[in-house]
Amino acid sequence: MGFTRETDHGTPPALATGRNVTLTIDGEQVTLPEGTSIMRAASLSGGAIPKLCATDNVESFGSCRLCLVKIEGRAGYPASCTTPIAEGMVVRTQTDRLKQLRRGVMELYISDHPLDCLTCAANGDCELQDQAGAVGLRDVRYGYDGATNMGQPKDQSNPYFDFDPSKCIVCSRCVRACDEVQGTFALTIEGMGFDSKVAASQNDSFLASDCVSCGACVQACPTASLIEKKVVETGTPDRSVVTTCAYCGVGCTFRAEMRGEELVRMVPWKDGKANHGHSCVKGRFAWGYAQHQERIINPMIRASVSEPWREVSWDEAIAHTASEFRRIQEKYGRLAVGGITSSRCTNEETFLVQKLIRQGFGNNNVDTCARVCHSPTGYGLKTTFGTSAGTQDFDSVEQADVILVIGANPTDAHPVFGSRMKQRLRAKNGKAGAQLIVVDPRRIDLVKSPHIEAAHHLPLRPGTNVALLTAMAHVVVTEKLYNEAFIRERCDWDEFQDWADFVSEANRSPEAIEPLTGVNPADLRAAARLYATGGNAAIYYGLGVTEHSQGSSTVMAIANLAMATGNIGREGVGVNPLRGQNNVQGACDMGSFPHEFSGYRHVSDTAAREMFEAAWGVELDSEPGLRIPNMLDAATDGSFKGLFIQGEDILQSDPNTHHVVAGLAAMECVVVQDLFLNETANYAHVFLPGSTFLEKDGTFTNAERRIQMVRKVMAPLNGYADWEIVQHVANAMGLGWTYSHPSEIMDEIAALTPTFAGVHYDRLEAEGSLQWPANDAAPDGTPTMHIDGFVRGKGKFVVTDYVPTDEKTGPRFPLLLTTGRILSHYNVGAQTRRTANTAWHPEDRLEIHPTDAENRGIKDGDWVGLRSRAGETTLRALITERVAPGVVYTTFHHPDTQANVITTDYSDWATNCPEYKVTAVQVGLSNGPSDWQEDYAEQARQSRRIMSVEAAE
Amino acid sequence: MTRVFISRDMASVALGIDEIARAFADAGCEVVRTGSRGLFSIEPLVEVETAEGRTGFGPVALGDVAAILDGSDPNRLGDIAALPFFAKQQRFTFARCGIVDPLSLADYAAHGGWIGLDIARAAEPRAVVDAVKASGPRGRGGAGFPTGIKWQTVLDAPGSEKYIVCNADEGDSGTFADRMLMEGDPYCLIEGMAIAAHAVGASHGYIYIRSEYPFAIQTMRDAIALSAGRIAPFTLEVRAGAGAYVCGEETALLDSIEGKRGQVRAKPPLPALSGLFGKPTVINNVLSLAAVPFILSEGAEAYANVGFGRSRGTMPVQLAGNVKHGGLFEVGFGITLGELVHDIGGGTASGRPVRAVQVGGPLGAYFPPSMFDLPFDYEAFTAAGGLIGHAGITVFDDNVDMAHMARFAMEFCAAESCGKCTPCRIGSTRGVEIVDRIIAARTNELARAAAQDGTLGKALYSRAPDRIDVSLGAQTTLLRDLCDTMKYGSLCALGGFTPYPVLSALNYFPEDFGHFPEDFGAPAPVLAAAE
Repeated sequence: MGFTRETDHGTPPALATGRNVTLTIDGEQVTLPEGTSIMRAASLSGGAIPKLCATDNVESFGSCRLCLVKIEGRAGYPASCTTPIAEGMVVRTQTDRLKQLRRGVMELYISDHPLDCLTCAANGDCELQDQAGAVGLRDVRYGYDGATNMGQPKDQSNPYFDFDPSKCIVCSRCVRACDEVQGTFALTIEGMGFDSKVAASQNDSFLASDCVSCGACVQACPTASLIEKKVVETGTPDRSVVTTCAYCGVGCTFRAEMRGEELVRMVPWKDGKANHGHSCVKGRFAWGYAQHQERIINPMIRASVSEPWREVSWDEAIAHTASEFRRIQEKYGRLAVGGITSSRCTNEETFLVQKLIRQGFGNNNVDTCARVCHSPTGYGLKTTFGTSAGTQDFDSVEQADVILVIGANPTDAHPVFGSRMKQRLRAKNGKAGAQLIVVDPRRIDLVKSPHIEAAHHLPLRPGTNVALLTAMAHVVVTEKLYNEAFIRERCDWDEFQDWADFVSEANRSPEAIEPLTGVNPADLRAAARLYATGGNAAIYYGLGVTEHSQGSSTVMAIANLAMATGNIGREGVGVNPLRGQNNVQGACDMGSFPHEFSGYRHVSDTAAREMFEAAWGVELDSEPGLRIPNMLDAATDGSFKGLFIQGEDILQSDPNTHHVVAGLAAMECVVVQDLFLNETANYAHVFLPGSTFLEKDGTFTNAERRIQMVRKVMAPLNGYADWEIVQHVANAMGLGWTYSHPSEIMDEIAALTPTFAGVHYDRLEAEGSLQWPANDAAPDGTPTMHIDGFVRGKGKFVVTDYVPTDEKTGPRFPLLLTTGRILSHYNVGAQTRRTANTAWHPEDRLEIHPTDAENRGIKDGDWVGLRSRAGETTLRALITERVAPGVVYTTFHHPDTQANVITTDYSDWATNCPEYKVTAVQVGLSNGPSDWQEDYAEQARQSRRIMSVEAAE
Repeated sequence: MTRVFISRDMASVALGIDEIARAFADAGCEVVRTGSRGLFSIEPLVEVETAEGRTGFGPVALGDVAAILDGSDPNRLGDIAALPFFAKQQRFTFARCGIVDPLSLADYAAHGGWIGLDIARAAEPRAVVDAVKASGPRGRGGAGFPTGIKWQTVLDAPGSEKYIVCNADEGDSGTFADRMLMEGDPYCLIEGMAIAAHAVGASHGYIYIRSEYPFAIQTMRDAIALSAGRIAPFTLEVRAGAGAYVCGEETALLDSIEGKRGQVRAKPPLPALSGLFGKPTVINNVLSLAAVPFILSEGAEAYANVGFGRSRGTMPVQLAGNVKHGGLFEVGFGITLGELVHDIGGGTASGRPVRAVQVGGPLGAYFPPSMFDLPFDYEAFTAAGGLIGHAGITVFDDNVDMAHMARFAMEFCAAESCGKCTPCRIGSTRGVEIVDRIIAARTNELARAAAQDGTLGKALYSRAPDRIDVSLGAQTTLLRDLCDTMKYGSLCALGGFTPYPVLSALNYFPEDFGHFPEDFGAPAPVLAAAE
């Protein structure tokens, strides 16, 4: 397949009115929706009117004046991008007069543009070059001795792209993309007339400006003015493959633009249903880790973690792994081993790991990182609605009138959806923007950013979600704002009444709980009224909801609120967990939990178990296995000895690092399959090098249950895709697997999982994506769930009593620590720290309110010690009013900081999801790294030694 | 106590009238500050109330106070309205200007104020729109679009929130009618806007006034405050511009009110359907809105009876530049250019022969005296390759160098270009460069820029200046081609109309460009207006 640019129809599709218009363009009759531009109409019917300032992901602008057309009966030459089609209109796109005018405009452009096409980075991929050719420009009679904008210095501050003002044609596409698509408003046009030029913020460098490096401007630029550094270094790509991003749960699809096996750039795919052609700094640019020098490409083993690693052949590593697990099981019993599936690997790979454990290990000791993030979502939504997933697709937000964001920070953690949400929050074409309620201890960016301001920000004290949501329910019930018809039809009325009585009690009113939450009761009442009465109301939530001792209760309190107000079962409403990792939804769907097979069927469900037993030819355990924390507990108790970990770094990501270290250290065989020697690998005995998402085929499932293809664009550096490695281990254990392609694994998943029955690669190839359930009942998948009724039958109201966490502040630990993420980094940072994203966030910082800082004599940038009942670390302070007094905040992207040394063992009552979001701490000035940090760094250094070998194999 | 009437208009103040007013007050007179009568050759003007009516004296110097008060001053003009300059006028819009105290509600009511609003409010909105349509006024800002049709569109547009916006960003050189009206009869504009609001169903209006008009801004703000009760529930506010000429373009003006960079919007959507804050919006010039009270109070027919062809009613013409009797002359359409310049204006102030007049501001065409039989009419001016614009006429004598005037037009466009569309953004700068080459070449046809030497110059051969044909003929052709690109390619009238002064200078005064008419035959045919 050769390289072609994606077709650009010039202007976005018209807003649907259902009415069509017929016109004639260059003698051909065309019928298209009313409101379509002439430019788009011509493009859709196969033409290409010259254009420069128009591109179909931003509104038309009408500035370049190349797209002029002649309309019969109208004076002059209107711009086709800004002129809508009309019934009976007769348009001509090419006449002598038009040729003359276009050439005149192009001659002006080129009179202020360098003629260095041959050595220009955009050579061969430049719209200005193309259009100069298209209009037949042969001469620039103005000369080059007049005024010019050429020769201005380049801005190369951004690590991923350059800005060269000399190549700028002032089409404003970058400015409009930043405004309309990304919503950051970082770019502007400075000056007037001939001196107009693109500027970042107040004439800052791009890096110093408000720019978030999403790449929308670079994508929009028609010339080499904004261009990827990688293209400057490498040249233009020669082919492209559509694949799915391996970062967050938004699931953006990209065109991986390649030259040979070299990845030149990732460009968001316009047909991507989740991202519609938008991207963030991670997916767009931060893929350099895939070729990072620290990537491990040879298998390694060692007898003890105090020894250096020894590189071995794949055969030896696989055989060793299989024999170790068999040995341990023979010595300590069937239940002494287990595994952890990865939310970063494909559905197929995840399915195989849990199959290895259930079929090969003969137990259910399988868990996944969702344990530490969205397990309460699984429990809470399954209990109330009947299925463990968000209810909407992302497009649904377009129809929302009120958006309630609780415990989520979409602009940092789910940036592409965050931008989408911001589009809806801004007024557009005379339509008012949706109203926003933010429930978060921090003043996240959404609370106030350009052209967006939350109607209510309820800055609650960490750990009081349930009290706050119950108080909102109190207002809804006592002020009779609930939707009785909906509840009577769709939910269990008796359960509703019990719940209504519960929430109506006076001690659950906003006024009564103010001492707990610190939230102004009038604000809380107003927010509740807005949610209940403001039209379509949608809830989006994240780990600020789940990672609490009452995480599951909070999820159910959210579900209660949505059901009580009838905000479920149609576009624009719903309950939407924003999933953290690229395939965390998929990992849960694929049966990664110790108590569930794929499709959320309990292991004690005989019918389901018999189905798997028949397919796999073994007897399966009907007892749930161990969760991650239970495995670690069992290890320290001496009864759990072997763990197979694919693509997860539990040492850095799981709470109470001391406890994780103790558990791992107590095991006899820890197998880590990963790209890098991660922190967990410091305690591993076998290292199986993994492959990146660029090196394999498969599927990821995003937060909207959308299954999308991951496609191999280059051979695995390590030799094998992850699914192949697991198959080798399985076969070394005698399981006799014969998959030759991931599509065969998906066929098995579809055969064994009712909600996936209609999912096959040929359909995914044809349709781009499918949202489960996709089966005979829903042949085209399910964008919106619970439309005619809840999956479980009647929606279930669950009484959610607020129980404060046992983690309490006191004189020794007077502050509450809450943790989270930042835009430029992803999770434990294993990938993003190995990219230039460190330019924005080279270290974790502790956010602290000026008052708390002053009380402790802390200045911005000082090293501070952060101490909890669990441990101590040091990092530098960042003084900000984003956090309320009494609350401190940090990220967990850097292993040097190890924020999880601080977090405790407390966890969700239902699912053991750790209470990352609430830790009582003290903060004080510090001289440098803590003893723990120094010891840890030394251990890591020792553990990462690799013995050089002579010519293996 | 003697009452004297003295203008407080910015132009009069510039001539030192404040000191004169103070001197009359010191002399024990009751000084009534009015707007300007609008004839600057008699300013500073003082009118003294006598038994026979108001007697004018002008121009007045500070030492003339006593002589004026005892009636002996030689500059006695008598009844100002009887002077030929005023007697020949048809003052529909400016009837009160220079006569009343601008902020006196009593004066306004006593001189026929609010009658139009009361009649309008007693009628259905549709009937008001019909009356405006029947009377036929066209946009006085320059575009000449029928006001009634615009109102009809807004009336018919769905939506409960609509706006009335008054364009008072009067930026054309040689124009001052908007300012004079706002300073001299602000309630007339307010009444016109209130009628428009009733007619289309708007509840709030904005008056966007250029920042260079501090007196007008203050007067309008005071008048809005004083008349708030009279026009309620309609409300008004003044927004001051920030100095950009392009904000006089209606869509750039709307962006500016919205707090954005003042850039021209592409149409559609029409502001009438999606204007200020995306709502249906009537946006009219000061003179269009100020004509409305007369139409309602005197009847559509009274207005429509005056005029010429499809140009109905009166036009407040502004005479400026090198002219003997500069000022505001409101008259029905159809008067010829020659009558205005010679009969009314009295020829040049310098006494030298008139060589050219520019009509319609800096983007209007230059006409030679051979075309002075042109009637003041939108269609006639369009056919002659010009425009009426805001009806400013700037007179030049035979010392003018028309190549420099062409250069000035391009330079003005370059200075005021918002930078959005390419023909205007780059073309205006290139236009200045071309005219500079022509000016250089007309004295020395052989003048050429020195060719750049060196390897780079040769490698990039198409960039080397010696590839550029800088001869008079080639540069003139390039100038015409550029004007064609700008006229038909520009997004708004700034770039689209700049070719009018340039091409008219080139066509009517070729000798100033080193050519003689036989060099290139007849002037280029006149084509339809830009988008």
